[in-house]
Amino acid sequence: MQQLVMTLIDGINLGSVYALVALGYTMVYGIAKMLNFAHGDIIMVGAYTIVVFISRLAISVPLAMFLCVAFCAGLGFVVEKLAYKPLRHATPLSVLITAIGVSYLLQNLALLFFGTNRQFIVKFINVGSFDLFGVSVSGISVIIWVTTIVIMLGLYIFIKKTLLGRAMLAVSEDKGTAQLMGINVNRTISITFIIGSALAGIASILYSAKYLNVDPYTGSLFGIKAFAAAVFGGIGSIPGAMIGGLMIGLIEALTASYLPFNLNAASDGFAFVILIIMLVLKPTGLLGKNYTEKV
Amino acid sequence: MKKLNSKLYRNLIMVAAAIAVYAFIAYGMNTNMLPRATQTLAIKACYNVILALSLNLIVGFLGELSLGHAGFFALGAYSGCIFSINSSLPIEIRFFVAALIGGTVAAVGGFLISSSILRLQGDYLAIVTLAFGEMIRSFIKIIPYTGGTSGLNGIPSLGSKFMTFSYSYVFVIITVLVIRNIVTSRHGRAITSIRDNAIAAESVGINIKAFKIKVFTVGAFFAGIAGVILGHYINFIEPANFSYNVSIEVLVMVVLGGMGNLLGSIIAAVIITFLPEILRGFDKYRLLIYAIALILMMLAGNSPKIIELRAKAKVKIMMLRRKALARKGA
Repeated sequence: MQQLVMTLIDGINLGSVYALVALGYTMVYGIAKMLNFAHGDIIMVGAYTIVVFISRLAISVPLAMFLCVAFCAGLGFVVEKLAYKPLRHATPLSVLITAIGVSYLLQNLALLFFGTNRQFIVKFINVGSFDLFGVSVSGISVIIWVTTIVIMLGLYIFIKKTLLGRAMLAVSEDKGTAQLMGINVNRTISITFIIGSALAGIASILYSAKYLNVDPYTGSLFGIKAFAAAVFGGIGSIPGAMIGGLMIGLIEALTASYLPFNLNAASDGFAFVILIIMLVLKPTGLLGKNYTEKV
Repeated sequence: MKKLNSKLYRNLIMVAAAIAVYAFIAYGMNTNMLPRATQTLAIKACYNVILALSLNLIVGFLGELSLGHAGFFALGAYSGCIFSINSSLPIEIRFFVAALIGGTVAAVGGFLISSSILRLQGDYLAIVTLAFGEMIRSFIKIIPYTGGTSGLNGIPSLGSKFMTFSYSYVFVIITVLVIRNIVTSRHGRAITSIRDNAIAAESVGINIKAFKIKVFTVGAFFAGIAGVILGHYINFIEPANFSYNVSIEVLVMVVLGGMGNLLGSIIAAVIITFLPEILRGFDKYRLLIYAIALILMMLAGNSPKIIELRAKAKVKIMMLRRKALARKGA
């Protein structure tokens, strides 16, 4: 029982971070219609900025967290401006290859600057823990849950209520018509990228607060799993990203702790198996809408 | 008649080039004139060419991004090499049988994955192929026959480097012939029509699903053969040989050589194989260069600004030419 509760809490922790990353994927995919492969790597970059600001430069923690988010948002802006914006009208294949190139570029830049070794991060959020059903729950877990829920709600309200959010919705449905309604499509897509990258920045803070280490490949695997979560819940759907993230997190935690040890090496593989099964059975995800292509 | 002649002429040039390359490397290997590193890389170039050609069939001609090529590569390598270790046939025959088995197992993988994801296209398809590749690698780690994370040892060698190169070269030739014949045939035109406009292709009676499956199966088959060559050349394979990076490296070859251009793939595969040797000391930056090359290639082909620049340059060159001609005339 105790182990089960602990595993579930672990799964929810992991799932919340996945959900946050999946939100970024879902926004960018829903609005710009492109799979931003580099999204996961922006998280990795964010975690490295935490390493630099907190462990190396010893900047105060709140400032460092703010700088991290700002840096990620800026990185998203630059990447979008230099690599994705010129390709607005290119074929999806070219855009996808460019995104892979950007992801690979960020990974290798990190490799060049910090080396392959795992960098450890000092514990920078110090909060106590409390008991739940006889299991001690760390304060960081609670912070992760609260942050994820707040951001999800905030984003939901932002999209539904504000002018910019509704412009995003319009762009995601029909770029041409949105343009006719006086929406600056190009700028809306750029802003989407910045928001998505800022979300990645927040996710990177939570990730580094919880796991306290980072290497250049942290982001790609994490990103792919988060994308799996976004697909699971249905691309373009904010609650879907949340549900998908929690599902993937729980499945991963459960397989990691209940599978026999010799199958553990393949625990990453199971997330992919789930992704494939999901895409084969219901490509639109749990809460996704079905669009048919018209000629 | 003239058309036929030019075709024949081109084919003759290709055959001559293939023989010349082989003769050059064979001579260099037998007399040890080629440096040891180059000899090794020549074998590596063989399986890289096969990988690049087979991926080009999927990415360049069918127009679907496959990020799981390393998975097919791994399937072929492991199945072929496990056969080779446990068989007692003479080594030459064993190698060919192993290549067939490796290719077939990989082709079955390609068939299964492509027929299960027929409803998908574009980004979703790419991510599923990526997931497939990683899944294969994860499961290799836990299946008892594969040696797990510590790798598969004791794969028989084909003898000298020269022998390995010769056998690999045979497979390169077979791959080039088969893939070239596919893409220049009626099937090839059907495949490119799917890439250019799937809906239009379907409306003229092309069975998109059947062709997608065929292309993935053939592509996977050759990737599997490449895997068998890899195994018999380094005599030891481990899951790390088949990481996501391998898929990307092959993709870089295809993109640099030009999607839908077979000769380009061959040249790019050879160049990228020798790149670490050419850029010795810059090995740290090699992957970084790949990434930048991928981005720049895509920008060069698609960015409106660069397309405009190119058009302007073209006009300028034409004007210069005209001026020169006018001067000559005067």
